Amino acid sequence: MDDIKVNQNPKLGSMDRPNSYIGRSLPRENAKKHLEGGGQFVDDLVLPRMLHVAFLRSPFAHAEIKSINVEEAKKSPGVFDVYTAKEIDEYCTPWVGTLGHLGEMRSPEQTPLAKKIARWQGEPIAVVIANNRAQAEDALELIEVDWEEKDAQVDMETALDDNAVVIHPELGSNLFWTRTVNQGDVNQAFETSHAVVQTTLDFARHTGVTLESRGIVADWNKSEGKITIYHNGQAPHMMQHIIAKHLEVNEGLVRIVSRDVGGSFGIKVHVYPDEMAVAAISKKLGRPIKFIADRLESFTTDIHARCHKISGKLGVDKEGKILAMEINDLSGIGPFSMYPRTSAIETNQVLNLSGAPYVIPNYKAVGTVVFQNKTPMCQYRAVGHPIAVAITEALIDKAANKIDIGLSEIRKKNFIPDNAYPNKTPSGVPLEDLSHEASMDKLLTMMNIQDIEKEKIANLDKNVLCGYGVISMCEVTNPSPLFYGVGGAHISSQDGASIRLEGSGAIHLSSSITEQGQGTEAIMKQIAADQLGVSMDSVRVTLGDTDATPYGGGTWASRGAGIGGEAVLKAARILKDNILDIAAAIMQTDKNSLDVENNTVIRKNGGEGITLQQLAETVYYRGHELPKGTNPELLATASFLIEGIPFVFTNSAMGCKVSIDQDTGIIKIDKFWAVEDCGTQINPKLVEEQIRGGVIQGIGGALFEECVYDDQGNMQNATMADYLVPMAYEMPDIIVDHVTTNSGRSIIGAKGAGEAGTGGAPAVIMNAVNNALKHHGTEVLSQPITPEKILRALGKI
Amino acid sequence: MSAKNSVNISFSVNGENFDDVTVPTRQHLADYLRSQGLTGTHLGCEQGACGACTIEMDGVAVRSCLVLASQANGSSITTVEGFDDEVMQKVKNNFLKHNAFQCGFCSPGMLMTTKEIISSKKKLSRDEIRSEISGNYCRCTGYQSIVDAIEETINEIN
Repeated sequence: MDDIKVNQNPKLGSMDRPNSYIGRSLPRENAKKHLEGGGQFVDDLVLPRMLHVAFLRSPFAHAEIKSINVEEAKKSPGVFDVYTAKEIDEYCTPWVGTLGHLGEMRSPEQTPLAKKIARWQGEPIAVVIANNRAQAEDALELIEVDWEEKDAQVDMETALDDNAVVIHPELGSNLFWTRTVNQGDVNQAFETSHAVVQTTLDFARHTGVTLESRGIVADWNKSEGKITIYHNGQAPHMMQHIIAKHLEVNEGLVRIVSRDVGGSFGIKVHVYPDEMAVAAISKKLGRPIKFIADRLESFTTDIHARCHKISGKLGVDKEGKILAMEINDLSGIGPFSMYPRTSAIETNQVLNLSGAPYVIPNYKAVGTVVFQNKTPMCQYRAVGHPIAVAITEALIDKAANKIDIGLSEIRKKNFIPDNAYPNKTPSGVPLEDLSHEASMDKLLTMMNIQDIEKEKIANLDKNVLCGYGVISMCEVTNPSPLFYGVGGAHISSQDGASIRLEGSGAIHLSSSITEQGQGTEAIMKQIAADQLGVSMDSVRVTLGDTDATPYGGGTWASRGAGIGGEAVLKAARILKDNILDIAAAIMQTDKNSLDVENNTVIRKNGGEGITLQQLAETVYYRGHELPKGTNPELLATASFLIEGIPFVFTNSAMGCKVSIDQDTGIIKIDKFWAVEDCGTQINPKLVEEQIRGGVIQGIGGALFEECVYDDQGNMQNATMADYLVPMAYEMPDIIVDHVTTNSGRSIIGAKGAGEAGTGGAPAVIMNAVNNALKHHGTEVLSQPITPEKILRALGKI
Repeated sequence: MSAKNSVNISFSVNGENFDDVTVPTRQHLADYLRSQGLTGTHLGCEQGACGACTIEMDGVAVRSCLVLASQANGSSITTVEGFDDEVMQKVKNNFLKHNAFQCGFCSPGMLMTTKEIISSKKKLSRDEIRSEISGNYCRCTGYQSIVDAIEETINEIN
């Protein structure tokens, strides 16, 4: 990795000092274990007397369980027991996936195992507990269920029709939630617009496909009344609360341990019925219980994402200034709103974020979220962003084409100027410290659009069409309590860090932020070592253990660096201050004449210092040598919380060039560029890898990924051979650059960077494809943009 | 388990002999290796599509989820825990340098595929490297850093 220096934040001090690590692309030494086979994933854990489970899942999207007979299954070799909802419900209370701060949400109670009615294909019905997974699976085949299949409400577009199948009759309809945002007067503004453009976009369902599937080992210790849960989740303290609440255990006696996690992307931040069942079974039996989802279970029970149909309308004046924007979004979330974050948030973000980079004086947005008999849908990487960005940027391209101005020109005309922050999105959400103008300028320099235009024109009548797109977007990062906590969810928006100097002179750091491969541990180390004046290798880190780390939210919504990193910085500064107080007492000098460099307290004016090891040994083992009244505190803890605004936004500009083969309909992404402004980059290489990984996930949604259902609600492609994910050969190199506008909300100035790629790539690819197809008078408005859709658009099939 | 449901086999893993061990006839090799604490071999799909469980069997990269443990009789197996020769050290250093993994779940399989690529000693273009690793799924990196790491290793050893 190149040692790129990008720290432009004066609050962090010069980069030309010893132990200056913030802003450097240091390798993740702690992650070497993964190259040695030494990771500790949930399925690697074996506990004494551990039993394994397999779930009987509904083969139907909607069916009544007339009766269920588990007697034969109980006799199967190696089987310990078989449970249905009756047994599990004694140990786990039901939950409801609603929040109180976004208007009325209607979702019924959900239990770990379905009782009378199964409402999606894959919903757990019964569970076999056996000596190993294979024996548990054998026994599943011996469970007899008398099913009565019911009509399924599969299509979200007919879910509110009079003759729709109402999935929860007690609710009266399939409506889960709706929201309207109305700023200004769009109707009047459309009337006075020079040009009005409209479009409707479809986004298929796709899912996270984490390579490591969901997994849990629950271990109820009867003698202590304590449950320890090894879980590959993202938010251990949230899980601690959930388990305590629904298993009715004192929260202090619930320990959640999340060691290595094989990818999460939002998939693993939700509460899943099968995992709750496992915790309940462990409490019932007093034994460790392991569940590792197989790939079929992943496809049919991991949350799905997207599933939107959105219409939009944009009015511009003669110069291309936007006067009004209106959107209407419909989304289908399966039969339940997920707990505890709810399945309203994706649509809420579509309403919040559409048009976000631009000055749009009149804005109206309506979101409607309905139930259907498919796998539950919920928050996945870049929640709502792909839909919001794609509708905005598609409308802007249409407007540019209609009044015949350039694609970058129309955007520049409408950006909220870089010097006009603080400001607000068209929906009224506060914005700060963004740089759409500078980011677009940088993107255009990187792309060289004139050359692409020449190539495009040269290819107009050739078999391989060329097209390009540019987009701008805002990314939600570093959420405040106004995101979930205000609505009643026990999800911390605060994070803590605890740092201690140990007797050996080593530094130990623990944080409530978790690691799923982003580099959490590495950046925490960099911040701590930088601020303390110690070498990187003297810091070790503990994450992902509710018994061992400070309380906090964990890793989601691109919050690790900006919130958790600030807590580390604050704790390191407190500890350093304490160290200097003690050193001043030992060295009989003024504290201000001292500093810490290379693990040693030095005298700034020269002269002998003392090592941190010597200082620690004095404090811990020979405290009698300290002057009376010296504070021996070598442990510092600090917390950080975003206050006063809902989110700290990041902005990005992205561009891409595509080729479309008219014979095959295959789209090739020739080049992809991304400019990201996430403020201070603690480790630029890791930021770039977040952007790249995010872009590739966005490309997946744009071109390949779809959970295909038949009209009975059966998922048709629930294997990794049938569900297409981005593989290396089809993917481009991605050129990444940065603009740096530090967040004024923290000392460190970091915003998040984890989701922009996934949020922006679908929009820019769709725009580039339609830019290429424009010459043929056609367009594709549904994602994934498959070769078949291209060929249909071109009239080839 | 009755006798017909199991079979006794002998083979070696990373130079360690497994002599006359009893394995269930229906168990795949990845599950057997993992049951012996060799948990570096990961399972992503158990149908040969994701590449996470790729190991080396008698010098050839195989999906250990598609090989029955009983088929390993008489073979010599290398897993990620045994990738410690000089060339694989170079590969691992370059994976670390380029951050060619994030969560690390695909890494054992990706390293195995890399081992096979570089053993050919061919100078490969980036597109060719992409083609060679296109049977290994990585959800985190977007692959570019993996291509960078393999490309640098190829340049170093040629």
